[in-house]
Amino acid sequence: MQRRFISIWFRHLLADWQLIWRPELKEVPFVFAAPDHGRMIVTAVSQLAAEHEVTSGMSAADAKAICPGLEVLDDKVGRAGKLLKGLGEYCIRYAPIVAIDEFSMDGLMLEVSGCAHLWGGEREYLKEIISRLKSKGYTVRLAIADTPGAAWAVSRFGKVTPLIAPDEHVEALQLLPPEALRLEESTLSKLRKLGFYQIRSFIGMPRSVLRRRFGEAFLLRLAQALGTEEEVLQALRQPVPFRERLASLEPIKTKTGIEIAITRLLEVLCKRLQTEGLGLRSGLLTAYRIDGKIVQIAIGTSGASHSVAHLFKLFQLKIDQIKPALGIELFELEAVKVDALEVPQEILWNSKPGLNNKSILQLIDRVSGKLGAAAVHRYIPEAHYWPERSAGRARSLTELRVMNWNMDKPRPTELLPRPEVIQVMALIPDHPPKFFIYKGEQHQVVKADGPERIEREWWLDAGEHRDYYRVEDASGRRYWLYRSGHYGANQSFQWFVHGFFA
Amino acid sequence: MEAKLEILNKLRQDLLLWQGFKPAEGEAAQCVGLGEIEAAFPGGVFPRKAIHEFICAAPDQTAATDGFIAGLLSVLMADGTGCVWISTARRLFPPSLAAFNVEADRIIFVDVRNDREVLWVMEEALRCEGLAAVVAEVDSLSLVESRRLQLAAEQQGIPAMIIRKDPKRLVAGVSTARWQISPLPSSAEQGMPGVGFPRWRVDLLKVRSGNPGSWVLEWEADRFLQVPAQKVFVQRVQEKVG
Repeated sequence: MQRRFISIWFRHLLADWQLIWRPELKEVPFVFAAPDHGRMIVTAVSQLAAEHEVTSGMSAADAKAICPGLEVLDDKVGRAGKLLKGLGEYCIRYAPIVAIDEFSMDGLMLEVSGCAHLWGGEREYLKEIISRLKSKGYTVRLAIADTPGAAWAVSRFGKVTPLIAPDEHVEALQLLPPEALRLEESTLSKLRKLGFYQIRSFIGMPRSVLRRRFGEAFLLRLAQALGTEEEVLQALRQPVPFRERLASLEPIKTKTGIEIAITRLLEVLCKRLQTEGLGLRSGLLTAYRIDGKIVQIAIGTSGASHSVAHLFKLFQLKIDQIKPALGIELFELEAVKVDALEVPQEILWNSKPGLNNKSILQLIDRVSGKLGAAAVHRYIPEAHYWPERSAGRARSLTELRVMNWNMDKPRPTELLPRPEVIQVMALIPDHPPKFFIYKGEQHQVVKADGPERIEREWWLDAGEHRDYYRVEDASGRRYWLYRSGHYGANQSFQWFVHGFFA
Repeated sequence: MEAKLEILNKLRQDLLLWQGFKPAEGEAAQCVGLGEIEAAFPGGVFPRKAIHEFICAAPDQTAATDGFIAGLLSVLMADGTGCVWISTARRLFPPSLAAFNVEADRIIFVDVRNDREVLWVMEEALRCEGLAAVVAEVDSLSLVESRRLQLAAEQQGIPAMIIRKDPKRLVAGVSTARWQISPLPSSAEQGMPGVGFPRWRVDLLKVRSGNPGSWVLEWEADRFLQVPAQKVFVQRVQEKVG
């Protein structure tokens, strides 16, 4: 596909911006100046000042001498970048990939491959952008060409036409001065000294000669303009393949309105996802309020889904988090993460047992959407004898257990998260206790099983082993007790209750 | 006269059917392995589209209640379906469920912060297809909330089991059955040492249009077994004197 680029040059970016905010400066020539080595240096010029031959780079005092009545305004570092970012975000409406012109910081670069026909051809496309930016108060020069370098050159220095037809950019570059190649000042002065006033005078020279004289950077710029070297644009916003926008005629303030907007967006998005066999895993709804603020809510699903009803329910749980304030003028729904969707075979009854069931997945999505994903647990057996580690968290609903649940040793129905200390009396060492006091109540042990020794997993943590006993007291309550460590006078050992049997 | 009686009987049957006590025509009457206890329910069938409340009067009854519910789940989940277990402070130990024939990896545990969230999750789960049962540990449940749960349970026919750990906050609800499970001393086979099968006193305190009663049950490896009353004896501790 033929790649096409538009370069937008804001001739007086800062001055235009200032005029928008302070129209009273329209009749006055003014410049922006910033301190540099103790002097005020002009950084940006208004159109009126430019007519008086004031250029950026001269000192403010000189400029005032040339042009009496010149107004000098303070410049702030990074203001141009901020402005360009805002303008670039505005220009995303024209092309998905918009980049700031990093070389001169006074323009934008748009990759418009395959966009022009949507606006009725390249000429109309350019006209539309110019008039739209002009109506906002910016004077711009545009050029469209096959390479970013050529577009940049023609937008700044072209005199014939801004519309460089496909494959004609080399011709268009011939008559332009070497400044059009985005070169360093030192290289430019060298070129001027050698009498190269037009690109055509050195374009045909052997590369080795040019490299020796002007260095690698010069060749790179030349190649980028000619298109033999790829130039990568740093997009302001990486285009997301699945994004839908819905602008509202009137600002929306009510919950019903937001719900309708979400449904409409989901309908379009889900249809697109469905045709591509994809499902949404995480989505982001951005609401642009008329006061310039942005509100976002995000949802996630445990399995890819393109069901409007289900996704809507997930968003519905979070609508309360959207504060519409004065109203929302634009909704944007983005599928941040999509996954291939396995299309289940149509069945007559939803009789598929197990957890990998559509309705259960949707239930889990709703629960984790409202209460957080940490609320939902599922356990699978793990190869540990240590009771606290014998059940591990499953990562997903569909993760299968790799081993069976261990059944050969008794395990309590309820396990205390932290074993509690008890007082115990045992008749003989290593015999089950005869009597114990738990929470102030005395329990006479009638029946007992054990001991079951569980060694501590020394590669995971240090400590004593445990000897577990299952005991039943006189009233039929069954406990899981253990003694930590060996029985003996010279060793520290302690008794704990760790669980309750049914 | 006879015709009238027939119509009345038919109506009674229909009423039971509508209330969810009887399986609809074509569905096999499924028992849950409770044996004689099931006869206490109207129509002799364990009601599935219903709320079952389990009262834990004392803290030691919770383990027995969990065990009894696990026994019920083993039948309800036998066809491979899953279950949701909702709680605020869970002590249930998943690996122990294997002893009750329940595969703990088919249970989804939802741990939430308060009763409000428990009830919300429970209602959502009850309206979800393809679950065998929903178990929730709730402390306070009002009449309106229980009514909502009942309607949700009727919709999909999923039994809702509610464990009430705070008996002080009991109010009249619309639950179909109210149980109390308390542990009893186990009896090992004659002359054998050690702890025997878990044994409980199962009190059916309240059944809607049924007969409450009290039974002694034992979980024997893979099923409930009723223990005849004469076999139950209360262990006496012989205290040594002197």
